[in-house]
Amino acid sequence: MAKLYTEYSSEMKDLQPKKESVEFLLNYSKALKIIKYKELKFQTLLN
Amino acid sequence: MNQLHLQDPALIEKYLKGDETALETLINRHSQRIYSFVFSKVFDKDVAEDIFQDTFIKVINTLKRGSYNEEGKFLPWVMRIAHNLVIDHFRKNNRMPKFEGNDDFNIFSLIGDSSLNAEKQLIKDQVECDLRKLIEELPDDQREVLIMRMYKDMSFKEISEITGVSINTALGRMRYAIINLRKIINKHNIVLTN
Repeated sequence: MAKLYTEYSSEMKDLQPKKESVEFLLNYSKALKIIKYKELKFQTLLN
Repeated sequence: MNQLHLQDPALIEKYLKGDETALETLINRHSQRIYSFVFSKVFDKDVAEDIFQDTFIKVINTLKRGSYNEEGKFLPWVMRIAHNLVIDHFRKNNRMPKFEGNDDFNIFSLIGDSSLNAEKQLIKDQVECDLRKLIEELPDDQREVLIMRMYKDMSFKEISEITGVSINTALGRMRYAIINLRKIINKHNIVLTN
């Protein structure tokens, strides 16, 4: 059987985004408000 | 309340009702898969991080706008957004290829910023100021010719017409002005280099 010489990179096993990135997204979500007016939707960031 | 047991649609519903922690659960649940997917395409942690964030910004915007209607298919939907952003990233890079130098070759050694930095600008100003003081020490006729030639960029023909002397005399005065300046500089050991 053919031998596989490539190694599975250990880097690929545990790939997670940074904590800061997730924090940013959660804060972004908290700050984001959508205001609906008739047919229109306005986006505001309350930061 | 522990939301880990809740399915994606239930979490989305909670989030749409204003429960921000539901989003946290959703992100934590899927972050590894989405991030690894993006990284496996771009092979750059910083770029992967950016695309991961942009993906969820789109997700959040769509959810909050009430435009999400793919019940039960949250992860494939997010993956599709991430996939499209990866394509956008490569398209953008093709239009504007990024050049990164390495240890052997750095593009910035070829194209440098020609403007002086703050320190060199200060030294240059000081040197010019000192030189103006030295010029003031020259005899009037020599100083006059030197200023017209060097600072006003006039030709020797123009200088000779204004000062009423021959071109040769103007040239001679310029020559002596420079010789005398050198003498003063040597005598006082003045350093006029940047």
